[in-house]
Amino acid sequence: MEVVGQLQKQYVDFITSLFREAYLDDQYVQLQKLQDDSNPEFVVEVVSIFFEDSEKLLNDLASSLLVSISLFWVFILCLRPSLLLMVVLFFLLFLFQLYSQQQVVDFKKVDGYVHQFKGSSSSVGAQRVKNACVTLRNFCEEKNLDGCSRYLNLVKQEFYLVKNKLETLLRMEQQILQAGGTVPLLEQVPLLWKQ
Amino acid sequence: MNLGGLQAVKSMSVPSSSLSRKSGDGVSDQFPAGLRVLVVDDDPICLLILEKMLKKCLYEVTKCNRAELALNYLRENKNGYDIVISDVHMPDMDGFKLLEHVGLEMDLPVIMMSADDGKKVVMKGITHGAVDYLIKPVRIEALKNIWQHVVRKNKDEYKGKDCEQTGSVEDGEQQQKPPEDAEYSSSANEGNWKNSKKRKDEEDEAEERDDTSSLKKPRVVWSVELHQQFVTAVNHLGLDKAVPKKILELMNVPGLTRENVASHLQKYRLYLRRLSGVSQHQNGLNNAFMGPTDATFGSMSSFNGIELQALASSGQLPPQSLAIIQAAALGRATNKSPVPVPLVDQRNLFSFESPKLRFGEDSLLNNNSKQINLLHGIPTNMEPKQLATLHQSAQSLGNLNMQLQSQSSQSGSLLTQRPQSQPRTPLLNEINGSHVSTLPSSLGQPIMSQALPSSVLPRNGIENVRGGTFGSVSQPSSALDFSVNHGTEFPGNSFPLMSNSGIPILTSKGMLQEEVKSEMKVPRGYLPNYDTFDELNQNRTQDWGVQTDGSTFDVSQHSNLQGSLDVSPSILVQQGFSSNLKSEQSRNIPVSKATFAVGDSRAGNISNPSQQLNSSPADISQRIKAERLPNMGFQNTFFPEQFGQDDLMSALLKQQEGTGAVESEFGFDGYHLDNLPV
Repeated sequence: MEVVGQLQKQYVDFITSLFREAYLDDQYVQLQKLQDDSNPEFVVEVVSIFFEDSEKLLNDLASSLLVSISLFWVFILCLRPSLLLMVVLFFLLFLFQLYSQQQVVDFKKVDGYVHQFKGSSSSVGAQRVKNACVTLRNFCEEKNLDGCSRYLNLVKQEFYLVKNKLETLLRMEQQILQAGGTVPLLEQVPLLWKQ
Repeated sequence: MNLGGLQAVKSMSVPSSSLSRKSGDGVSDQFPAGLRVLVVDDDPICLLILEKMLKKCLYEVTKCNRAELALNYLRENKNGYDIVISDVHMPDMDGFKLLEHVGLEMDLPVIMMSADDGKKVVMKGITHGAVDYLIKPVRIEALKNIWQHVVRKNKDEYKGKDCEQTGSVEDGEQQQKPPEDAEYSSSANEGNWKNSKKRKDEEDEAEERDDTSSLKKPRVVWSVELHQQFVTAVNHLGLDKAVPKKILELMNVPGLTRENVASHLQKYRLYLRRLSGVSQHQNGLNNAFMGPTDATFGSMSSFNGIELQALASSGQLPPQSLAIIQAAALGRATNKSPVPVPLVDQRNLFSFESPKLRFGEDSLLNNNSKQINLLHGIPTNMEPKQLATLHQSAQSLGNLNMQLQSQSSQSGSLLTQRPQSQPRTPLLNEINGSHVSTLPSSLGQPIMSQALPSSVLPRNGIENVRGGTFGSVSQPSSALDFSVNHGTEFPGNSFPLMSNSGIPILTSKGMLQEEVKSEMKVPRGYLPNYDTFDELNQNRTQDWGVQTDGSTFDVSQHSNLQGSLDVSPSILVQQGFSSNLKSEQSRNIPVSKATFAVGDSRAGNISNPSQQLNSSPADISQRIKAERLPNMGFQNTFFPEQFGQDDLMSALLKQQEGTGAVESEFGFDGYHLDNLPV
């Protein structure tokens, strides 16, 4: 069928580009291979769980880097001191924060989150996300708060990118199936860009 | 979906339901299909992917996302799994710790995996005994060959190396880490027990596991009877002249080989050596106890009932060695072989039980080690008579193992004299378990005698007092672990109403007074100590600080207390202290109390006699609490949240003053305030 053929071609082109740009790697192909008649929605399942978990993980990550800041303000507000006192306290806390941010942030915890994210992203084949996580982990080890924050943003960015791509890919697969065709499984393509 | 067309992959044949090993086909045909794998990983994505991959390899997969759960699975179904795959980084338990547990208890091959491919981590996996280390993302090719580890492990066992290996490994472990001897020996003990039990099961299921059983040699299980025969033969021949061949002839057991006897003899000799080397070192005593346990009971099943019997029968172990132990431990001429035997038995019983009870708890090993230490501590201070009493009662309460343990921890703490003494949970357990009724009296005596001499320093005095009642101060962490463990083990126990209302305490105090009357010794011992406390104000701040910690902890912890009032105050106090101890390692007082309290609470649920026992500790704890509460005001910096404590404090204080009059009612066992060194 012409439609199916076209859809399939589009699919192949798209997934090839994803491999080429390292959004996905060979692990994704492994996932596809695992899918069979007994579990026809396996890839969709795994990918959805990945999305959910990652959102949560990223939130935890972000908050663990920011925890130091919020607590101080909350504490101050709770005390309800006089206005002047509040101003003074704010100022002091601000200074204290600047000084102590390095110590207050629990880099070990952040590292734990990043490690977990690295594991799950590598399991689905999200290569760029995984690489960003590796760099972020290095910053955590160096206790470089600035670097951590920057790279956390990068990790987030990469995640949303790959999420987008994967959603598109899965949608295309659905279209092919609905048109009555079969999804082409690319065995050879990843090998070309295998690291 | 149908992946035809461009699909280059040849999917494996659809696994026709789980291929069980009992298929009856030849070993080579089905194996490794049907290999039973347990996967542990907190990451659900990895778990899902791994499960799918393993299923594609035709393995039987069980997945779980928590290490504790995994350990439960493994323990419930001793022979239900062939291999374990575990992640390294998990939130509830470190992967390496799980690795240790599985290796010791179930002796299964464990594969570690992680996204972390650093050399250090991989090395750590190897040194902890993992058979393999996989880097995530795991590919299906890597999983296809994991069956090799199962085969390899079975092959080693088949060669009969395992018996000797485990023996030597245990010994090695025990020698390598003197300070952690107890812990290791206990874990090795567990492992030994589990191994022997597992071997027994394996023997039973040998027929069913044809496909892999050909790789496994049926192991000799050194049952109690068998060991008895062995010991008889050795004694008959004389230890020096006991050679495996002659022993084998004397034993006249069909199917037993000279190699089996040789390895068992080796273990037995090590055990005896340890026993004789115990006299000087308490730690050594620990080892000895654990060692003999290993050697003697390694082959015994770990069932409580069987253990009891086994221990009783194994109590027949060379009376000389037992006597030696007793002499060493107690520093007295042991003319009571029957007593030592039950003591040893009980210790073993409890040490074995404690692991069972605390499975899945990180502090499992700690507890065991603590228990062992407690055993040590106790003998030095206990009189043989009391030990005998304790043991006898302990034996009668075989069913109350768990309770016993908790109680024993308490009594153990009671018995330990010195604040710096090692925790003596095992002994405490024994004492507690055994005797609900006899404990108070027996405890009272040692407590008194112990408290007096040790109360040189105010702090010591306080500690001793507590120790007298609660089995003193042992290492905080251990006691804490113990108490905490008990806490987790007995969630349903009727913790007395606690926390923030002073009323329960008041009522409990009233009850305590009554109980005090009924239970002479313990409260009496306590009362004088209490007064001693008052006299030793200068050291209060520190002690109270610690205590307040404890109380705070208690309050927060025991929100669901109900019922037995007598237990609650003690529990609160003790738990709080134990928590304190954790945080402030310098404080050792609470620990003993904590363990004691915890044990008490547990015991309370068990039976009336237990409750009586509990009440006495409760009395003591209450008193202690009362003492502490007044000081809380001084130590506000530590625990601002102890609001409710003030009420309790005042209530307790009043009570104490009231109970002060009670003191005169009881005759102290030669324990008088005047005699207390101040």
